[in-house]
Amino acid sequence: MANTPDYSWPPMETRKIIGKPYKRVDGPQKASGRAKYTSDLKLKDMLYAAYLTCPHGHARVTSIDTSAAEKATGVKAVLVIAEAGKELQWEGQEVAAVAATTGEAASEAVRKIKVAYEVLPHFVNEADLSKAGSHGKAAGEKVTGDPEKAIQDAEAVSEGVYGIPVITHCCLEPHGCVIQWQGDQVMAWPSTQFVTGWAGVLAPNLKVPAANIKVKMDYIGGGFGSKFSPGAWAEVGALLSQKAGGKPVKIFLDRATELQIAGNRPSAFGKIKIAGNKDGTITAWQSETWATGGFGGGGQPPLPYVYTNIPNTRLNHVSVSVNAGPSQAWRAPNNQQASYLTCSAMEDFAAKVGVDPMVVFDKNAGYTPRAEQYRYQLQKAAELSEWKKLWKPRGSEKGAVRRGLGLGVNAWGGAGHACTARTTINPDGSVLLEMGTQDLGTGTRTIMTQVAAETLGLQMGQIKLVIGDNSLPPGGASGGSTTVGGSSSATRKSCINALTKLFEAVAPALGAQPEELEAVDGTVRVKGNPKKSLTWASACQKIGPGGKISEIGANEQRNPMGLNSGGAAGVQVADVSVDTETGLVKINRYVAVQDCGLIINPRLAESQVYGAIIMGISTALYEERIMDDLTGRMMNADMEFYKLAGIKDIGDIVVHLDIREVNDKRGVIGLGEPPAIGICAAVGNAVANAIGVRVPNIPITPMHVLNTLEGRKA
Amino acid sequence: MQSFAYANPATVQEAVALLSAKWGEADVLAGGTDLISLMKEHLHTPKRVVNIKNIKELEGIQKTGAGIRIGALVTMDELAKNADVKAAAKVLSEAAAAIPSPQIRHMGTVGGDLCQRPRCWYFRQGFGLFAMKDGRSMIPDGANQYHAIFGGGPAYFVSASSLGPALVALGAKVKLVSAKGPREVPAADFFVVPQNETSREIALHPDEILTEILIPAGTVHSATYEVRQKEALDWPLATCSVVLHMRGHVVASAKVVMGHVAPKPWDSPEAAKAITGKAITAETAEAAGKAAVAGAQPLSQNAYKATLARVAVKRALLEAAKQKA
Repeated sequence: MANTPDYSWPPMETRKIIGKPYKRVDGPQKASGRAKYTSDLKLKDMLYAAYLTCPHGHARVTSIDTSAAEKATGVKAVLVIAEAGKELQWEGQEVAAVAATTGEAASEAVRKIKVAYEVLPHFVNEADLSKAGSHGKAAGEKVTGDPEKAIQDAEAVSEGVYGIPVITHCCLEPHGCVIQWQGDQVMAWPSTQFVTGWAGVLAPNLKVPAANIKVKMDYIGGGFGSKFSPGAWAEVGALLSQKAGGKPVKIFLDRATELQIAGNRPSAFGKIKIAGNKDGTITAWQSETWATGGFGGGGQPPLPYVYTNIPNTRLNHVSVSVNAGPSQAWRAPNNQQASYLTCSAMEDFAAKVGVDPMVVFDKNAGYTPRAEQYRYQLQKAAELSEWKKLWKPRGSEKGAVRRGLGLGVNAWGGAGHACTARTTINPDGSVLLEMGTQDLGTGTRTIMTQVAAETLGLQMGQIKLVIGDNSLPPGGASGGSTTVGGSSSATRKSCINALTKLFEAVAPALGAQPEELEAVDGTVRVKGNPKKSLTWASACQKIGPGGKISEIGANEQRNPMGLNSGGAAGVQVADVSVDTETGLVKINRYVAVQDCGLIINPRLAESQVYGAIIMGISTALYEERIMDDLTGRMMNADMEFYKLAGIKDIGDIVVHLDIREVNDKRGVIGLGEPPAIGICAAVGNAVANAIGVRVPNIPITPMHVLNTLEGRKA
Repeated sequence: MQSFAYANPATVQEAVALLSAKWGEADVLAGGTDLISLMKEHLHTPKRVVNIKNIKELEGIQKTGAGIRIGALVTMDELAKNADVKAAAKVLSEAAAAIPSPQIRHMGTVGGDLCQRPRCWYFRQGFGLFAMKDGRSMIPDGANQYHAIFGGGPAYFVSASSLGPALVALGAKVKLVSAKGPREVPAADFFVVPQNETSREIALHPDEILTEILIPAGTVHSATYEVRQKEALDWPLATCSVVLHMRGHVVASAKVVMGHVAPKPWDSPEAAKAITGKAITAETAEAAGKAAVAGAQPLSQNAYKATLARVAVKRALLEAAKQKA
């Protein structure tokens, strides 16, 4: 009976491929346009779908007549989604869909559907809680310690109001799929973060066995948490395909609908009180928060964030229902909100007691679950941002353009998800690595290839990797920063398992026991005796013609065997200049110190942090869903007034990944999400530091800055 | 997009013959950066689209004794890079160069910049030019953060033209041609504040084509200052174009025209008066800025734009004063 093989990662100093900054293996494909995303697909006889959506914030369908659309040129199927009587709770909600021979024909046909609506009252803006009335539902109060007494006894109390708005995901590739339903068989090409689980969610809706739904996806153009499930569009696409006699149907949301209904990050607003001592020690926290993620309301962010063990706390929250599209996970859900509310309130407390916020964040680090780590990172961030030299007490800057520095913190899990890889070694030496996972743009292909090459002693180009197919061994959902831990660990295990079999086949030829062998530098050899060696190709010949080795390896969440773990901390500093005459904010430099585990590819890891910060700066300065009280509509469901940062808007980014042996021993930890958390917090604090007053609401636009400086209500 | 007939004339004469006396029948296509999106949204549903891109006489920039002639098909990129324009009308070069999208600078034309429709989100979502509901505009109480602070309604959109304020400040003329012949209109009269929802924001008639712009000769100090939130593709929040005739260090006469604050480029004689007869200093420029927005009538959400306009006026004046005549 063989013992469990040793799956542990090779020691840092002996790694040849892991830990090296390989470029993305699919980079040239993507950069040259040869990579085909699902939205690029053009299949034979493929039909194009278009939606008719509700133009009102709240309405009831009183009648719907599709007869003219059905007769329109090129139309092959029409589907009514909202029958007469159906109440629609937000603009953009789906009413009907058409499949036609071209996208243009489908769009024109949709306009021929006659719908009468009874327009109902809507409520779309939650920023002013006093207007929410019955749309708000209070969650139960949570109290720890004795906040009243702590506030009464405190040497200083600071109070503030803060708000972070609903934003939308803005995936470059909108939500949708190509889907074909013939008889009891369904073939789908989705744009999804969960290739393996996609069919299982869709199957009951179509009443087709999940086993009959084949799913294939090569590339996805962004997900950020909004593309786990097939979405209503997959079902609608399938029904249109069936109605059209089984032709494939391409159904993707147009940009406006994408912004209205494909998901958003919930808002969070809060009145927050912090009490403490004049030296900056915090003793109490009190927050009254409210939030919305759409018609379903919005949950309470985890407060106080990171500084979870503040001894005396009182938390109240109101979930506000609005007539707007539903939320979806957005890169570290609820954490940006929590970080913004917490770090802003802490910075205001620091300003109130006249203590450097770096000191306040450090002094109170005992309230965090990882005090030593945060203290180390605060120090590192201070050093990289030249905090001592550049930071000045709030409001001491003069002149039209004022500089300021601010802090934001993050915390995340990121342990690997459950998934299974299969490694096949052929007698000709070729190696196939397979998993039903997806590369979200994070570099999963590159990571898996690196792990396999390292483990098998081969070069990157010797590994053929296939992902993106639900007939392969199960991958996990790419969410929660769990993919890198899961896919690397499973790859490692499947390669070791395959290698163990190969060693059994090769051992007699080398006159050794299988466990005495190792695979290094393209050879299989006896450990400590490099002379007793076979090239990889010769070794694989021992498998014998017609044979092959095919072994799986799975990452188990409950027993990751030290290959991966969770728990990442981070500290970031924004350095901004604010033109106090125009309210324009410029990022001078943005420093991110990010805790991590074993880094498989430092280039890709850094790229995750850069991407997170670019996205975060965009949310801090520009992004917000603008809802109109009068019409109940989203006014900026486009790329014109839904503003996204461009290259010149970002400033310099300094990334410090904490690659040290002590962290390496923790195994692989995902970091797609943690660096995206604290950016509104850091930028908001930097602006307050620069101009001397708190701009309560994100994004920090000229309107918000000037309203604050000129004393107008936000 | 609704189906349409497509015409490809080679001369202005052929082109104007294809137009109609009524708005909505035919549309003129040049760079297409605005028209195509209007058609996709069914805001414009012309029966005929008249492509003027093949009309050679609409191209080019020429310097003459009378000034500079700029053809309607000149792209914003050509305009921004033209040496004669830079030398004689920096205010115009700067306005063209400030358009942040290289795609739009290369596709968008001078004529198109002047004739584009407002970007007002109510208009673009099909609520009409004034967003009327129950006999009044929704805009004063609606989502108006990017709307007008001058004019007092019923039009509350802002003129989207990047070149308009500079052309008004320069005293430029716009040449319009119909089948009946050409006419010249001062830029200041080309932009109009419509008084009803079915009229247009420009003096062009539906059967006319804008063929060229004429910049008068003369030595001026000029500058355009733009407050724009993003460096990348974005609309300005407020701009100001100034043209100064200097006598030594003193302003002999001035034109101060703000952009993106009113349904048309907003000429401020108040600001011009404040600076005339004075040297430009931080104080006089500030005073001119204040004078420029003294009559502003901000809506519920856009009081900040009055500040931005004031600052744009001040900074444009200071910028223009720096130039060597």
